Amino acid sequence: MSRIWSFLTATRGNGRLHWTDWVSYGYLVLGILLMFGPVVWLGLSSFKTQNELDRFPPRFLPYAQETMELSGFDEALPLFTVTEGEYAGEIVAQTRRAAGRAEVVLPVDPDTRIRLQASQLEPIERIAFATSNYTDLFERFNFLRYLFNSTFITVTATLLMLLVNSMAAFALSKYEFRGRTAVLLIVIGTLMIPQTVVLVPLFLIVTQMGMFNSLWGVIIPGAATPTGVFLLRQYMITIPDEILDAARMDKASEWKIFWRIIVPLSAPAIAVLAILAIMWRWNDFLWPLIVLTRSENFTLQLALNSFQGELQTDWPSLLAMTVLTLLPIAAVFMFLQRYIATGIASTGGK
Amino acid sequence: MLAILNPIMRIIEIPMLAMQRLLGINRLAWVFLLPNLVLFGLFAFLPVFLNVIYAMTGSDNVLLADRTFVGGQNFATLMDCSSYLDPNTCREDKFWRAVWNTGWFVTLQVTIMVGFSLLTAIILNRDIRARGFFRSVFFFPVLLSPVVVALIWKWILQREGVLNAFLDWTGAGGINWLVDAQWAFAWSVFISVWAHMGFYTLILLAGLQAIPRDVYEAAIMDRASPWRTFRRITLPLLSPTMLVVLVLALIKGVQTFDEIYAFTGGGPGTATTFIIQYIYEEGFAGAPRVFGMAAAASLLVALVLVLLTLVQLWINRRNVDG
Repeated sequence: MSRIWSFLTATRGNGRLHWTDWVSYGYLVLGILLMFGPVVWLGLSSFKTQNELDRFPPRFLPYAQETMELSGFDEALPLFTVTEGEYAGEIVAQTRRAAGRAEVVLPVDPDTRIRLQASQLEPIERIAFATSNYTDLFERFNFLRYLFNSTFITVTATLLMLLVNSMAAFALSKYEFRGRTAVLLIVIGTLMIPQTVVLVPLFLIVTQMGMFNSLWGVIIPGAATPTGVFLLRQYMITIPDEILDAARMDKASEWKIFWRIIVPLSAPAIAVLAILAIMWRWNDFLWPLIVLTRSENFTLQLALNSFQGELQTDWPSLLAMTVLTLLPIAAVFMFLQRYIATGIASTGGK
Repeated sequence: MLAILNPIMRIIEIPMLAMQRLLGINRLAWVFLLPNLVLFGLFAFLPVFLNVIYAMTGSDNVLLADRTFVGGQNFATLMDCSSYLDPNTCREDKFWRAVWNTGWFVTLQVTIMVGFSLLTAIILNRDIRARGFFRSVFFFPVLLSPVVVALIWKWILQREGVLNAFLDWTGAGGINWLVDAQWAFAWSVFISVWAHMGFYTLILLAGLQAIPRDVYEAAIMDRASPWRTFRRITLPLLSPTMLVVLVLALIKGVQTFDEIYAFTGGGPGTATTFIIQYIYEEGFAGAPRVFGMAAAASLLVALVLVLLTLVQLWINRRNVDG
C-alpha cells in the first residue's frame, strides 16, 4: 500500500496528489462500476430462483428459503421465524398459506396445526446459488444443439479464413507477378462492401448454392476478408526472401514453403487474426439471422434473441444462457488480452 | 496444434506440385490467390452488381428471372416525399423514419462516444497505477456479443429492474424505460456507447502514446499551462488519430443493427428502427418480402459507406506518408 502511495505522490513531483489525480482516479473507479457492474449483476441474477427474480426491490445476492423435511409431509416445508404474538421467536414450518393467513407447525410437534397471520412470519433464508437455472438449460432446451452450431461455425470459419487469407497474403507478399497491383486494388475494393449492404443478393447466391438454413451458408460467404489479407501480408513482407530461396535450393515445393516456413513464421499475425475471427464469428448476428431460420440451426446468439422475444420471458434460463454465451469470449479475453489489444488496434476491428 | 492439419496439407501438396510444374513458380501465385478471389467475386463483387438489378426490379420473387423490370421506380418510391424533414409526408414513411433515426443516432452516438473515449484515453495516458487493468475495464464490453449487451441492459432496465429499484429508493420513482420512445432512444445511444467506446479508447490511447515526450518537456520548460499544452500540443498531434476514429465510428454507426434490434426490436413503434433494420425487415422479416426496396435502400447506404471508406483510405495514406 505504501508503495502505491509513494508511486502516486511521486508523479506530480511536489509530494502530494494533485487534484487532477483525484479526478482521474474518481473517473476510473466510476468506470469500473459502470463497465463491470452490469455484468456482475447479470452473473448474480443468473443464480437466482424465479421467486427471487420476481422480487422487487431485488437483493444483491441470491437467496433461498431454508426448508425442512418433517414426518407426515410429502415435501420439504419452508421455515419461518415468528416475529410477534404467542409464538414470538419460535422457528416454524409452514404447511399452507392463503389470503394472508398461514398454517404452521412446530418442528418438534409436526401434528399440531397452528394458525397465524402471514405478516407475523419472517422467512429464514440463506445465500444459495440456484444452479438449476444452468442444469435446466441442458434438460429443457436444445442448448447443446445451439452450442454445437455456434462452435462449429466459429471453428470451421476461423480455420477456413486463416487458410484462404494466408494463401492470398503469401501470393501478394512473396511473388512478383503481373497484375499484383490490380489484385491489391480488388482487395481494397472489397473493404467498401460490407455484408450489411449486399444482404439481398447474398441471400440469393447462398440460396442458389443450396446453403440456406445450413451452417455452411454462414461460414462460406465471410471466409475471405480484406483486413485478414492485409494484416497477414504486412507481416509476411517482413520475412526475408533468402529463407525462401534456400528452401527452393533444397527443392522444396512452393506449397511446402508456404505451409512449413511462411505459416509458422507468421504465427503472431495468424494468432491475432484467429482471435479476431473467433470473436467475430461467435458474436455474429445479422447474417445468421437471415440464413438460419429453423430453430435446430440456431446459434447461441439467435437462440438468445428468440427466447427474449417470447411473450413470457423465462428470465432464469435466459440469464443463465446469456452467461454461458459470454463465458468463452471472457476466457479468450483473459488469456489473450495483449494480442486482442494489438490486433484490434492494427486492423480497426474486423 | 496445427499439426493435425498436416495430413490434409500433404494431400493438397500433390495438386499444388503438379500446378507448379505446369505453370512455373511465379504464375503459381494465382493458384494461391484463387480461393480468396473466388470468394471475393462470389460474395462481394457479384452481389454488388446483383444488388443494382434487384433495386431496379419488382415482385417478391428472389429469383432474378421471375422479377419484373421497374427501372427507377423503387428509388422513386423511396424518394417520394413532400418534405424530407417530415417522414409522415413520405410514401415510404418507415424508410425516412429509419433514415432520420439513424442520422440522429449516429450524430449523438459518435459525438458522445468519441468524447468519452478521448477523455478516457487522456486519463489512461497519465501516470496512473494499473493502467493495463483500467484499459481492459473499458475495453472488455467490445468483446461481448450484441445480443448479450442488449440482454444485460434489458435486465437492468426492465420495469422491476435494479435501476428502477434504485430510483424508487431515492424517491424519484421508476420509469418504464423501453416503453417510452425518447428514453428507449436515449438508452440505445447509451448501450451503444457503453459497448464500443473501449475500442476507440484503445486507438486514441495508442495515438497519445505516439506523441513524443520531448515536446511535452519543452512545454514544461516554457511554463505552458496544462490547458494550453493540451490545446496546442496534444490536440493537433492527435488530430490524425481523431480523424481515423471519427470515420471508423461513423462507418460502424451507420450500420448499427444487432444490439439495438435485440434491445428494443426497433420500438416502441419505430423510435429505434435504423436503416439496416429497415432493410432487414423489408427483405427478410415480413411477408411479402420486398427485395427491390431493400436493395434500393442498401444501395443508398452503400453509397454513404463508400464515401466514408474513401475518406478513411485517404486519411490512412496521408498518415503513412506524412
